[in-house]
Amino acid sequence: MDPVLPIVIFAALIAILLGQDEPAPRLAQERVVLLPERDGSASAVTVTTRGGAAILDKPYAAADVFDDGTLARADESAASVEMRFGAALAAQPPPPVSFLVYFVFNTDELTDASRAQFGRIKAELAARPAPEIVVIGHTDRVGSIPYNDALSLKRAQTVRAALIQAGIAPAGIEVAGRGEREPAVATADEVAEERNRRVEITVR
Amino acid sequence: MSRMLIVLLVCALSAPVSAAQEAGVIKIVKGDVAVERSGERSAGMPGMRVQAGDRVVTGRDGQVGITLRDNTLLSAGPNSSLALDEFAFDSTTHAGAIDASVQRGTVAVVSGKIAKQSPESVRFRTPNAILGVRGTSFVIDAGAGKP
Repeated sequence: MDPVLPIVIFAALIAILLGQDEPAPRLAQERVVLLPERDGSASAVTVTTRGGAAILDKPYAAADVFDDGTLARADESAASVEMRFGAALAAQPPPPVSFLVYFVFNTDELTDASRAQFGRIKAELAARPAPEIVVIGHTDRVGSIPYNDALSLKRAQTVRAALIQAGIAPAGIEVAGRGEREPAVATADEVAEERNRRVEITVR
Repeated sequence: MSRMLIVLLVCALSAPVSAAQEAGVIKIVKGDVAVERSGERSAGMPGMRVQAGDRVVTGRDGQVGITLRDNTLLSAGPNSSLALDEFAFDSTTHAGAIDASVQRGTVAVVSGKIAKQSPESVRFRTPNAILGVRGTSFVIDAGAGKP
């Protein structure tokens, strides 16, 4: 018999015994990671379990969630997120893009500069999988809320018709009227502001 | 027989879907992706509409990307199960609600207009946690799931 063998067996037994004394590390069942915002703005995710709560408010801050509801803080990095979540992130649809169009004052006619964007809109449509268009009308704050809701929807429908005329398939074009809720330029109520009288064309 | 199946499929796909019911559109499909709706399971395809109540499941090599009507981006990696339990969105007021659960696997989220307007109305669940959103991009690993 190899004289080394009993020593190896003895060492292995010791290692097993020592190993049993240490509690096995608990494996987290779940992990949540906050990612940085594209524009660098602040954001947060709250993680609540029956055992507690954690707020993730820094990029790559992470929380581990165990089966018994306990939480533990963790840190990830761009590289470790890519390892674990790369496949999910690779399937993320392209973020929607928006184009703004304006009317010639007091008419249903789009300005020339607005029409000039239709080519870029078509290029976006061609580049995206299963593309959709949402045409969203906005007004300034002159007039009542219901009046501006109706007006913004009418403007959106006018732009939808122009897109169809430019050769874009009608089926994928949804319209919405945001009324005066989302002014591009903040004003007091009843202030006429032409920069707020616009239609947003979102391609997604 | 197969022609009839195709006709039925085309009818089903072109049937008008009420805007209130529709939650989003599948944009990206790789590998094995299925959509489960009221007990029926169909293969996920780009352009397919998803509704509240649907569950999207990926296989061992599956990946899926969905854009919801409020511009929320949802995507899942392999061996994942994501259920859209509730979805409502008013495109005029931006009021609405999202309740989604990740039963297993990995999911990436970029929150949309509902989270911006009323973050308290957006909720993601995992088997052991509930996530609240504050205008956000994040990822969830819900583990291997219960057998």
